[in-house]
Amino acid sequence: MVKWSLSPLKSREKTGANNLMVTIGLIYDRIRWEEKALINASKKAGISLKTVDAKKIYINPSENTKTFQEAFGSIVIQRCIGYFRGLHITAILENAGLTVINSFRTSLTCGNKLFTTLALTKAGILSPKTLVAFTPETALEASDKVGYPAVLKPVVGSWGRLVALVKDRESTQAIIEAREEIRNALLHIYYVQEFVKRPPRDIRIIVIGKEVVAASYRHPPPGEWRTNVARGGTSKPCPVTNELKELALKASEAVGGGVLAVDCMEGPNGFLVHEVNGTMEFRGISSTTEVDIAKKVLEYAVGVAKK
Amino acid sequence: MKAKCLECDADLEIPDDAVNGEIVSCPDCGTDFEVSIKDNGEMELKPAEIEGEDWGE
Repeated sequence: MVKWSLSPLKSREKTGANNLMVTIGLIYDRIRWEEKALINASKKAGISLKTVDAKKIYINPSENTKTFQEAFGSIVIQRCIGYFRGLHITAILENAGLTVINSFRTSLTCGNKLFTTLALTKAGILSPKTLVAFTPETALEASDKVGYPAVLKPVVGSWGRLVALVKDRESTQAIIEAREEIRNALLHIYYVQEFVKRPPRDIRIIVIGKEVVAASYRHPPPGEWRTNVARGGTSKPCPVTNELKELALKASEAVGGGVLAVDCMEGPNGFLVHEVNGTMEFRGISSTTEVDIAKKVLEYAVGVAKK
Repeated sequence: MKAKCLECDADLEIPDDAVNGEIVSCPDCGTDFEVSIKDNGEMELKPAEIEGEDWGE
């Protein structure tokens, strides 16, 4: 059995349901600015949107496709803030025959920085030089090899959490020891990256399907080197040049496509893609562009549904 | 709608157009709560989930 509850709110959100034949699902576990934007855009465009709070359901994976479609909609936009929660739900829904935006493959690849690096490298896309190690000792050796300053990143995680800029061997040792103390197997996979000599900003490019819809510079807040908007980084308009467009589409394709935010930096020898976000936050970039990103995401989902 | 902070008992204002799952913060103590809308339309506040190690985008 698939359990879900239809609250009066969800009924209200169905306004305009008759305008289109498809119902788009939105599975979430927290209403961020982006989820609110999607809900509001669906009302404005008369797109039928079924919202499901992942925290309030349990699922029997062996139910048939029709039952799943009734519970979640025919195409599901998966936007859980918890990566593993979203990834596992995506696995179930795809297995049941539903199309999920983003797909399991895309979500898996984007949710893990190492898997992203592998996909980008395979596609011939430049990314910062990266070494990977599996013990504290070899992690230190890898950092020495990359040279200081180096950047230590957890393979899974977001918003710059535990991303450390290490300037010497001693501070690297301290970071490694601290991570070893945390009982989380994923933190014991060491992903060590060169610190790219770049202007103090990076570039976020939004790709929806085959369309590059917007780009922004992200600047770190004072006293910080990480550009994450969740850490107080600010977005400024960035022209979408043909070079950026091409790069973003290539990166999107490399990770499996869908609705994505490609993050790159301006290295001494050209752009380096360091991350592709599978559950992109677009509040920051929305302040720099006239493009209604939420509307574009919904239109893409409707397009996929009609295929 | 008015509510009381479950932590410090301060007055909290839940916007009428609040969406199921939306977060409201207590203006006094800063605790985050999730707006939960029941089947009968009633709103209640639940302690919000705290940031997980896999949270993000």
